[in-house]
This record gives sequence, C-alpha cells and structure tokens, in this order.
Amino acid sequence: MNREYLTTRVLPPLAFTLALFFLWELACHLIKIPPTILPAPSEIFAALWKFRTPIVENSWVTLWTTLAGFAIATVFGLLLGIAVGWHRAIYAGVYPVLVGFNSVPKVAVVPVLILWFGLGEVPAVITAFLISFFPIVVNVATGLATTEPELEDVLRALGASKMDIMRKVGVPRSMPYFFGSLKVAITLAFVGAVVSETVGANKGIGKLMLDAQAGFQVPIVFAGLLVLAFLGIVLYGLTVIIEQRFTGWAFRGQNR
Amino acid sequence: MPALVELTNVSMAYGRGAHAVRAIEDVTLTVSKGEFIAVVGPSGCGKSSLMKLISGLHPPASGTLTVEGKPVKGPLPSVGMAFQNSNLLPWRNAVDNVLLPLEIVEPHRSRMGRERAQYREKAIKLLNSVGLTGFTEKHPWELSGGMQQRTSICRALIHEPDILMLDEPFGALDAFTREELWCALRDIQAERHVTVMLVTHDLREAVFLADTVYVMSNRPGRIVKRCEVNIPRPRDLEVTYTQPFQDIVHELRSLIGGRH
Repeated sequence: MNREYLTTRVLPPLAFTLALFFLWELACHLIKIPPTILPAPSEIFAALWKFRTPIVENSWVTLWTTLAGFAIATVFGLLLGIAVGWHRAIYAGVYPVLVGFNSVPKVAVVPVLILWFGLGEVPAVITAFLISFFPIVVNVATGLATTEPELEDVLRALGASKMDIMRKVGVPRSMPYFFGSLKVAITLAFVGAVVSETVGANKGIGKLMLDAQAGFQVPIVFAGLLVLAFLGIVLYGLTVIIEQRFTGWAFRGQNR
Repeated sequence: MPALVELTNVSMAYGRGAHAVRAIEDVTLTVSKGEFIAVVGPSGCGKSSLMKLISGLHPPASGTLTVEGKPVKGPLPSVGMAFQNSNLLPWRNAVDNVLLPLEIVEPHRSRMGRERAQYREKAIKLLNSVGLTGFTEKHPWELSGGMQQRTSICRALIHEPDILMLDEPFGALDAFTREELWCALRDIQAERHVTVMLVTHDLREAVFLADTVYVMSNRPGRIVKRCEVNIPRPRDLEVTYTQPFQDIVHELRSLIGGRH
C-alpha cells in the first residue's frame, strides 16, 4: 500500500465516517435528544461492547443466511439470465412473470414461508434469495442481448454453433453486467434476510433488534443497525474485489 | 489455374417479399486459386454483401455460388475473415484472440486440449511475423489501431484457410499505417499463396495489392468492370507513384462516378 493510495482511498472515507459520528454525538448533547429517541454514538458503542456476545452470535446467523440466499441467487440468476438471453421467445415468455414476481413485496411472502418451513433460518435464506436474484437475471440477459453482432459474426463465419458463440462471446461479454449486478444483489440479499428475521425468526440481527425494541433498549436497536451497515459495506467490498479480479478488462480506463 | 470460387448470375437481397432490398444483382465472377482480387465501388454498393455471400453468412436469392466446386450452404471453415473493425474480444490478449478460430474449427478444436502449447507457439510466431513481437500478451486496448488490425488478420489466418476475406480491413487506419499494412498483407500473400478477396473503397490499395480489380456499380451492385493489374510482383510502395499505376487508378476512378 503506497502513500498515494493511503491518502486518496483510505483516509477520506475514514475521516468522513469519524466526522459523521462526531457531529452526531455533538448534536445529541447540544440539543439534548433523549436516548430513547436517538442515542449518541458513545452509548451505541457502549451497548455494542456490553452485548457483544449475543450481537456476534446473531450477526453470524444473519451473515450466513444472507450468503446462502445470495449464493443460490447467483447460480440461479446466472442460469436463468443465460436462458432468457438465449432466445427471444424465452425472453418474451418469462419476462412478464419475472417482473410480476419481483413486484410482490417480499415482506408479504415471509409469513407464507414461515407457514411452510417453520420459524428458523430457512425462511430468511429463501427471502434473501427471492429478493436478490432478479437484478442478476436482468443484467445477464441485458449483457447477452447487447453483444455486438460483429463479434458474433467473427465466430459465425467459422461455422460456430449457437452454443459456441454463447460460450466464447456471449457469456464472457456479459460478465461485467453479471458482476455489476452482484453488488446490487448482495445488499438486497442482506435486506431480505433481515426483513424475514423481523417478521418472524428465533435468531438473527433482525430478531435481536425486534426484542430490543420491545424492551425499549434503543441503544441495542441502533447497535444492530450499525452492525448491519458494517456488514453491508464488507459484503459490498468483497463483491467489488471479485468483480475487478474477474472483469478487469472492462475497467481499463480507471486503472490508468 | 483452377477456379476456387465461382459465382454465376448471383443476386442477393435483404428481407423478403415486397420489402426486400436488393443488394447484389446478377454478379458473375471467378476467383482462381492463389489469386488476389479486390472489389471496389461506391459506398453502399453491396461490396460487403458480396463478402457475406461468399463466406456463407447470407444465402443468395438466385444464381449459383460454389467454393471448390461445392455449392455454399453455410459458413465454411476454409474461409478466414477480417473486418473494418478488428472485432477482437476485449477479454482476451492478442495470442488468445488469434487462437479463437482453432477453438471452433475442426480438426484443431479437438486437438486444442492436448496441443495448446504448440498452437500457442504457432500463434506467437504468426504475430511476430507481422511485427507484433513483444505485444503478444497485450490486450486489445493496449494495442494501437494498426496493431489491432494486424492481430485481426492473424486471427483470420491461423487456421490456414484457403480463402482470406478482408472487408475494408484498413479503412479505419491513418494513411501511413495503412501503407505499412499493405506491405504486410502483400508479404503474407506472397509467402502463403493464399487466395485473397479484398473489399475496399481505396483504389490505390486495390491496384497495389490485387491481381484483378472488380468495379461494382451503385445499388443494386453489379460488376461493371473487370480490370487486370499487369504490374509485375514483387511490388514496392514506389510503384504507386509510377505512371502505369496512376493510369489504372484514374481509369477505375472514372468508372465509379459520383459528383465532382
């Protein structure tokens, strides 16, 4: 890590975040906001430390349900996206159903899932999956649909089959779209898992926050929010790293 | 010399029925093995359509079209193509781009797994021969326009096709790079005796490179003139400044017409 990287990429976000917490702290003390409405960061961090054991335990559950749902969404989304992009008829047939499905608020589906699978981690995994596969499908299909016909012609002139063209041109060409959609999908998966937990679960950050809220332990509720934000940043960052690792060719302008 | 490509009264159209746009009409021409032909004509006269026709990417509406005596029903592995845009795959480096046809065309396709190293060596050798030594591992965006086009021509040649089809391959390059690539193409053809079909709107390019130049008329494209270039080979760039060369270019120019 060189000096320039430190001053342009590491320090600014760190300084901005600290400043935000500082202003928040200041505001709480100056305006005298009651801790039951908006606790100061110092109280939140104190709660975070005091209840670290249950917080870590429940974060772990939320984390793995999110990742499980996200993993299923990635595989399923990629396959369905390729199928939808493969042929206009499949696109025309499947797309309206997909849009309709995506328009249903997933909160409304959770009770059904609990009915089917009982309280536990399964509804959270499924909700995370349901909410996050749509952008992946749409992006992969878009990537395939926008493949330059000239690139396909290069292969067609050699007598390549549709499958060859898909493997050599279509799929690699849509990879930047795919990885781009993962950034959206991972955050959505997280939302899905937590939403499911707040509707009904026996573990997870969402459930922890729900219990804390019932007991008026507002600092714990905010500690939960903070953990969610932090995990969200970490997961997002991971997908960005994966994206650049696999589709660096699409980001050539930014590395110069 | 035996005929490699034969077109007899071939017409071609895009679309069907009343909305069909006629691109080529009643074209008859023969390309011998090892011959270098150039097709010139005004913009939109169907030059590229002729290319698509012979490569099997688009079927003729009428007439007969044979390559090596067999009617063309679809794309042929014995044809290598390069276009105005290099159309390199941006996620592959130069060598891997050149290797692409070998991953498609038999018998290389099934050998690719075992003999990848040998094929790679062959691709690198080919790239070196067109002056890309040291750039073989670069991605397309790290290459200049001329280098990309050289790579694209290597890709068209790697599976040792009988016919090399070039659709305005130097159209997007500056004048100096273009002349450099003329010489590169001249040397490739002299060395490999490959049959070349070059579509271009640059008359000097056509006359410098080809044995026979065909002039096409405005749409729907017809062949209005067949012109043999009797300038001895090997030709040097200097030849383009001589009187016989200028005379041929001038004659071709007068055939193409347009407003002056």
